[in-house]
Amino acid sequence: MAHATTHTVSHGGAHGGHHDEHWVKKYLWSTDHKIIAFQYLFTGMAMALVGAFMAYVFRMQLAFPGSNVPLWGVVSPGQYNALITNHGSIMIFWVAMPVLIAGFGNYLIPLMIGADDMVFPRINRLSYQLFLLSAIILLASLVVPNGGFGGAWTAYPPLSANRVYNTTPYGASLWVLAVAIEFVAFLLGGINFIVTAMNSRAKGMRAFDVPIVVWTIVIASILFMASVGPLIAGAVMLLFDQLAGTSFFNPNRGGDPILWQHLFWFFGHPEVYVVLLPAMGIVAEVMTVFARKKLFAYQTVIYTIIGTGVLSFFVWAHHQFVAGIDPRMANVFTVTTVLVSVPIAEMCFVYIATLYGGSIQFSTPMLWALAFLAEFLIGGVTGIYLGASGLDVFYHDTYFVVAHFHYTFFPIAIIAVFAGITFWFPKMFGRMMSDGWGKVHFWGTIIPFNAIFIPLFILGAYGEHRRIFDYHNFPHLATPEMQALRITATVALVVMLLFQPVFLWNFIRSIAAGPKADRNPWHANTLEWTADSPPPHGNWAELPECHRGPYEYSVEGRPTDFWPQDEQA
Amino acid sequence: MSTKTIATTRSATGVPTGRLAVWWVLVSEIVIFGGLLVSYIMHRLGHPEWAEEASHTNTWAGAFNTLVLLSSSLSAVLAHKAASHGDGKRAAALLRVTVLGGLVFLVVKSFEWTHEIREGFTLQAGGFWSYYYTAAGLHAFHVIAGMGLMLWVAGTAAKNEELHRVENVGIYWHFVDMVWIFLFPLLYIAK
Amino acid sequence: MFDHVVPQASSFAGGVDGLFWLITWIVGLWFIAAEGMFFWLMWRFRRRPGVPAMYVTGKEKHLKRWINIPHGLVLIFDVVIIVAAIRVWVDIKQTLPPADVTIRVNSQQWAWTFTDPGADGVLDTADDIRTTDELHVVTGKTYHFLLESKDVLHSFFIPAFRLKQDAIPGRIYTGWFKPTQAGDYDIQCAEICGIGHGVMGAKLVVEGADAHTAWLAQHANDGALATLTTPAPADTTKPAAPAAAGTH
Repeated sequence: MAHATTHTVSHGGAHGGHHDEHWVKKYLWSTDHKIIAFQYLFTGMAMALVGAFMAYVFRMQLAFPGSNVPLWGVVSPGQYNALITNHGSIMIFWVAMPVLIAGFGNYLIPLMIGADDMVFPRINRLSYQLFLLSAIILLASLVVPNGGFGGAWTAYPPLSANRVYNTTPYGASLWVLAVAIEFVAFLLGGINFIVTAMNSRAKGMRAFDVPIVVWTIVIASILFMASVGPLIAGAVMLLFDQLAGTSFFNPNRGGDPILWQHLFWFFGHPEVYVVLLPAMGIVAEVMTVFARKKLFAYQTVIYTIIGTGVLSFFVWAHHQFVAGIDPRMANVFTVTTVLVSVPIAEMCFVYIATLYGGSIQFSTPMLWALAFLAEFLIGGVTGIYLGASGLDVFYHDTYFVVAHFHYTFFPIAIIAVFAGITFWFPKMFGRMMSDGWGKVHFWGTIIPFNAIFIPLFILGAYGEHRRIFDYHNFPHLATPEMQALRITATVALVVMLLFQPVFLWNFIRSIAAGPKADRNPWHANTLEWTADSPPPHGNWAELPECHRGPYEYSVEGRPTDFWPQDEQA
Repeated sequence: MSTKTIATTRSATGVPTGRLAVWWVLVSEIVIFGGLLVSYIMHRLGHPEWAEEASHTNTWAGAFNTLVLLSSSLSAVLAHKAASHGDGKRAAALLRVTVLGGLVFLVVKSFEWTHEIREGFTLQAGGFWSYYYTAAGLHAFHVIAGMGLMLWVAGTAAKNEELHRVENVGIYWHFVDMVWIFLFPLLYIAK
Repeated sequence: MFDHVVPQASSFAGGVDGLFWLITWIVGLWFIAAEGMFFWLMWRFRRRPGVPAMYVTGKEKHLKRWINIPHGLVLIFDVVIIVAAIRVWVDIKQTLPPADVTIRVNSQQWAWTFTDPGADGVLDTADDIRTTDELHVVTGKTYHFLLESKDVLHSFFIPAFRLKQDAIPGRIYTGWFKPTQAGDYDIQCAEICGIGHGVMGAKLVVEGADAHTAWLAQHANDGALATLTTPAPADTTKPAAPAAAGTH
């Protein structure tokens, strides 16, 4: 209902869009949140290909040390270090964050709260442009003289600060610069997400009527904003140490290398929840739709999300148990780290409970969402081993850590993302993806995924340390049994990579020629499904109002098993 | 073509969008400066010999600059008052006075730094100086950014448009002021 | 934990492995229960024609219990794990039993240098024995190690001892271990330290007292003039031209 005094008619929708815009303006210089979302999404996907290629190269080196890797050549130790460093950095900063937060956040938030766009469209555009700049700088850092930075994504000084030690003077500084600019881009983006979600909700949409994925993206943005500051300061300090002769982290001149670690991990730990939260939000949206069920204890979920976010600020030094911190401090962090498993376990239990009493359809998005839970549980429980300081003495810097964080990050950055893409594809592009090929891609990804990382748990338990380009230098790690595990992981990775073109083909072909999608192919409740597929500029000719919560599925006595939020009572 | 969206005009929290946004920006800025300053404080406590280096800062210049910034915050408040009464021209003029205050601040700082560098107290001269130039430099960067923003807001305010931005940019400026209120004792008084 | 692959060769290795198994039992049972429930629910509530889903808010007491009780149990088990973990940690990192022998462990890009105090048992005397990339210790003796770094962060990792400690330039860390089983074991650098990180291994020889005395006698005149090893502060404002930067 449009009131006389409130504008609910958007400027774009009424005449079906503007005069024909030049494609540059429409696609490269747009302020439309949906276009910006696609920019982030596609850039993130492209960077994922780069990161995946790096993983392929270094895993081939690990399986067949010294060999000539197809599409690369022989891998030198310096190249190996640069590959693992940039693989990690790219996957976290240039894939997980842009896709989960900026991609889905930009696309979904205005649509799900019934707004025509973000509150600051031009800042939104600027944030993407800064992000793109950061990606370009990062890629440039790989091809400069002496190669890309090879000090791991954690960039501990003195190695990262001193070119004599790291031998990659240009790569190291460009890497720091790229990360710093990426942070600024996400700070700008975060403002939009937070303020838009807080202020621009549709008439009648109370806080607990907001879909979980909006909550999670907003809380993730708040977490990011509250935690990244010290590392921005640290990045400035590191750049100055590298280029301006300061000695913030130089122990020979009064500095402290451990300071960097604290600044890094104070952000680094909340950062993992910054990416986990949106992923869990996506999974919740998909699960409720395909189980035709209300989210179990929605309010409890909100509180556990906030609780996890707050607690995440108090666990960071579990990355530094053996780094030279006061050993008494380590006990404090063991307590907080093991206890943070409580709200996360609660979230997992609640999601599992959402299936109770449902009518579950195993569509492609649902398969991904369910796989997220099943796999993330492994990541979560293996974290306990590492949070227990007495055990971390052994496991720190081993492949056990690598396997643990891939069992968390892969569900977050890959599985949940595929759930989101396959779920919202019809809305984004007005077409349906092939469900059959989607399932082929799903199984071809999930099964090899486990075959990559379970061997790595075993290798870690056998004492295999990280970031080593050739284990033949270590007699007890050079056994045929252990090498067989390495080869298994590499072969599984190659198989998994070979299945990804299935997705790319399905994705591209469906955009071009998939069956047309109507507004609400999944019979979902949330507001984005009331807009056209795809929505026009301004999203609706008349902005919707909200009359109920987002998960009123299978309400007794109704003719259909869903009840859109904007439908009149 | 205006990009002002309907979303911008809504206010489910009751707080206008622009002001809400500025407060969130400040949250992130507090943590940036907080991280830097906490690092500085912890190092300063662990390095008593830095007191000797710190003794060479010019407390009078610092105090004068504190006065300048506080006064410029006053003119920013008066600008907001004018804007809230709809007097865009007056608000713009007062914003420009604030910018002038920022300029005086920067000029004094450049004299300070020139003198210190000539004395050999460069960025690399010691741990204290590394923090001194980095913290004050980051702050000065925010002063310059604030001046730019205020000139831009003054430009539209003079035409009696977007007057709400006067308050928002004022909030940002007060924050820049507050950071200096912390920097001054940490860098100039603690000797 | 898998001591057929990584032997337990120190006094605290058993405790570390015990902690692993404790966590595995607790967490393993939870994991199987959660995944089991998860898959069972998937099967039980798969879509069947004519059977609608239920409307469940999650506030129903009899259902909420399924969350609250596990929630409470997780908390209790967490406390058990925390207590066990701290006990192991305190043993390794917060106690320093009196030393029979004190050795120096120096790390640098990219080698380990060990200084054995020699027959007189005192470091920094003329009979010290310096070895590179090979450390000899005696079963049953309690060792203190003084860990230092010359340049960047390194980490002293002996998997068979279940021991790890980062080496920080500008600091000396004192830790301890007590070997319990003779054999040859790996020493690894467990903190990325540049392009040579992958070749920074060393050999640990744990031997009986007699074998060790023989070894000491053999090396009595090697590198005998042990000097203080804390490096002079390098002037890193003007770095020297980088050394040959590897094969790329």
